[in-house]
Amino acid sequence: MKLVIAIIQPYKLEEVKEELYKVDVNLITVSEVLGHGRQKGVTEVYRGSKETGNLLRKVRLEIAVNDNFLEPTIKAIVKGAKTGETGDGKIFVLDLKECIRIRTEEQGSQAIG
Amino acid sequence: MNSGDTAWVLISSALVLLMTPGLAFFYGGMVRRKNVLSVLMQCFIIMCVLSIQWVLIGYSLSFHPGNGFWGGLKWMGLNGVGLEPYADYAGTIPHQAFMAFQMMFAIITPALIIGAFAERMKFSAFLIFTLLWATFVYDPLCHWVWGMGGWLRNLGALDFAGGTVVHINAGIAALVTAIVLGKRANLDKNIPTPHNMPFVVLGTGLLWFGWFGFNAGSALAANGLAVNAFVVTNTAAAAAGLSWALIEWMRNGKPTIFGVCSGAVAGLVAITPAAGYVNVVSALIIGFLVSMICFIAVTVIKPLFGYDDSLDAFGVHCVGGMWGALATGLFASKLVNPAGSDGLFFGNPKQFLVQLAAVLVTVAYTSVVTFIIYKLVDVFVGVRVDEKTEAMGLDLTQHRERAYTVLE
Amino acid sequence: MINQADTLFVLLSAAFVMLMTPGLAFFYGGMVRRKNILSVLMQCFVALCLLSLQWILFGYSLSFAPGSGFWGGLSWFGLNGVGTAPYAGYSATIPHEAFMVFQMMFAVITPALIIGAFAERMKFSAFLVFTLLWATFVYDPLCHWVWGEGGWLRNLGVMDFAGGIVVHTSAGVAALVTTIVIGKRKNLEHTPSPHNLPFVVLGTALLWFGWYGFNAGSALAVNGIAVNAFVVTNTAAAAAGLSWALLEWIRNGKPTVFGIVTGSIAGLATVTPASGFVSPISAIIIGIAASIVCFIAVAVTKPRFGYDDSLDAFGVHGVGGILGTLLTGVLASKVINPAGANGLFYGNPKQLLIQLIGVAVAAGYTFLATFAIYKLVDIFFRMRVSEKDELVGLDLTQHRERAYTILE
Repeated sequence: MKLVIAIIQPYKLEEVKEELYKVDVNLITVSEVLGHGRQKGVTEVYRGSKETGNLLRKVRLEIAVNDNFLEPTIKAIVKGAKTGETGDGKIFVLDLKECIRIRTEEQGSQAIG
Repeated sequence: MNSGDTAWVLISSALVLLMTPGLAFFYGGMVRRKNVLSVLMQCFIIMCVLSIQWVLIGYSLSFHPGNGFWGGLKWMGLNGVGLEPYADYAGTIPHQAFMAFQMMFAIITPALIIGAFAERMKFSAFLIFTLLWATFVYDPLCHWVWGMGGWLRNLGALDFAGGTVVHINAGIAALVTAIVLGKRANLDKNIPTPHNMPFVVLGTGLLWFGWFGFNAGSALAANGLAVNAFVVTNTAAAAAGLSWALIEWMRNGKPTIFGVCSGAVAGLVAITPAAGYVNVVSALIIGFLVSMICFIAVTVIKPLFGYDDSLDAFGVHCVGGMWGALATGLFASKLVNPAGSDGLFFGNPKQFLVQLAAVLVTVAYTSVVTFIIYKLVDVFVGVRVDEKTEAMGLDLTQHRERAYTVLE
Repeated sequence: MINQADTLFVLLSAAFVMLMTPGLAFFYGGMVRRKNILSVLMQCFVALCLLSLQWILFGYSLSFAPGSGFWGGLSWFGLNGVGTAPYAGYSATIPHEAFMVFQMMFAVITPALIIGAFAERMKFSAFLVFTLLWATFVYDPLCHWVWGEGGWLRNLGVMDFAGGIVVHTSAGVAALVTTIVIGKRKNLEHTPSPHNLPFVVLGTALLWFGWYGFNAGSALAVNGIAVNAFVVTNTAAAAAGLSWALLEWIRNGKPTVFGIVTGSIAGLATVTPASGFVSPISAIIIGIAASIVCFIAVAVTKPRFGYDDSLDAFGVHGVGGILGTLLTGVLASKVINPAGANGLFYGNPKQLLIQLIGVAVAAGYTFLATFAIYKLVDIFFRMRVSEKDELVGLDLTQHRERAYTILE
């Protein structure tokens, strides 16, 4: 089992969701986060003075998958989120030790699907 | 006594009262979310504290016909201020209606200063500072300009609805406090952005609405002068809002709602002293130019000198107010108001000099006395919160409240 | 002869109607997604600024100067000749400028209503040009036809007390046209839910409040007609809000706050043309009819035809305005307003026909002229933002601002 964490552009969320549905990945957790990579923030203008270096708004996806779903999941995220410009985001893959469905107390790969 | 005039002044008072909550949202939206309640609190507590100060001593100090420099205490506790009209101020409405209308001005003026020291002043110090400032700066100045026998009034200074008394006065106090209080922590690394822009817009809407009472109500009667003040107020606000957006568009590539709101407020400030003396075309010019002037104050002068006027109380209110007071000396016309006088452009250069003198006197008096009051309060209570408190935010540390919940 | 009570009433009503535009901004702003709220607030505020100036420069003259039956001409250009003396052709008891500024607020809010149709996808520069042209070539002529001295629909006997045709039908039809030609928003599989419903409720409250000025103020005097208008306005809003909630309860299982506020606005829009001519009991009928018809327009017709009237500017204002104008022809009574006419139920079927002609002419003219203006602006500015800008949101791409911060 793996935990996929992806940081993507907020406006790409809809497309990424579409792609994930296509490969039968339906369990995602989404949150709004702040951060920046190499490009160090955008310029916003407040009362005429430009302000740079603010943290950028991103969307963070957390998806727990069984191993055979890992590749399609990654591909789907890339397909949905890639524009080729800076700021497209990152995907992190972590080993997942355990997963428990609270309602049935099922454990392991059973619980993910 | 005239029932139409009385109704107009009472309603105008209510409209002006609504400006203080409006200002609370205007300022509250601009600060970081950890400080919004502190700003709302400061505005609301001012409504409470100064309403009481005004009926106890403020009105007497400001409007009792004492000598040229202060009103004295004869009307303390509204003694002698009843339901009969007082002809020297307003012959057709109850004296108390005039008093209540003026009260709303006394409330919003110290509230304007909040923009300068937002996000870093201790609440207890704020209370004492505000009370002292209202008593020793606002009340005397109000007497000089509007009170019977006030020396600036006798000099012939024109201030229809509070350009000097309200805006320059509060704006200069803002500059002084911003400088002596110092910058907010970490300002160069992390510039705070407005945490809730829609609140700023809401505040602007309420301010614009209330300003009709502020300016048109200052005619103290439902007459042609009130109508003129109403029309020029709206015109100047519109012109200034639009021109601020255009300036941004040219300079930064995008017009912003924050810009339109700032411009509209600057326009309202600038037309305030002039509202009863100028015509619509002059209002257009005053409005268009005020945005340019305030824009420079906010984006060039402020960074150049490096003072941290957090929400531009000085840049918008003082600078806009100065322009308005001087513009009154340029554009005033007896055709609009026979009781006023002509300005420079209508063949009376002396009026411009009188306006300039009134502005300079206000700046000098306010800056010195504000500084003294500040230092005094600082010695006894300590004005600024400590670094950790500032970092945690004033809502939690000064009021033990939070503005928003995260879940549920 | 100027009457002070009337003057103060009209000035105050003008202030109330001004507040409706910020109210509308929040009504609409709460409904869009959070990435677009500032663009909606911006459009409303810029409309307020821009049209205030357009109105005093030439809009008022085009609309109200006694020109031909079809337009007012430019004889009152720059408020030339519009002073503090009353103009008996419109209102004999208040300064002419007061009437002008009251009407200004109508000219401001009408184009702002259209925003609901193209929200979340129109380029800001194109919006500015479109709004200015629309106000000049659609609103001003239509206003002249229905309300101006010598206007041909007015001479025909069309009754529109406070703007069912001039304001709501025209804005609603323009909304329908723009929403069809600009096309649907991207990714509309699921209609985006309002990002901040409390803002929608706040906006509704301000609109309801301001609408007293809109309708009662249209009596232009403190008299029985104003009181009647006030009462029927409130009654219709209440009846419509309640019946919309009931409709939802029956059809969808739960009444919603979004539904009750939408219903109230539909009721207010529908009663607008009728408010000076009908009784409070008729207002209940109008309110209920408004909810049923607008509910069908929004929940049945819109999905069937598939146009994306984002915030239901047509479904609520257009449909409500048309319905209200027709119902005026049915329910108007000379007992309420001797200067009006009886409607169908009071034995005068001809009035319904006249109302029908009025609405049909207004809708037809607005439809064609709006389409022409849209296409013209589209050629020069391209109305719609690029797909990526739309996905990122208009706040950031058109104004480089954000409404809310998430941390701090």
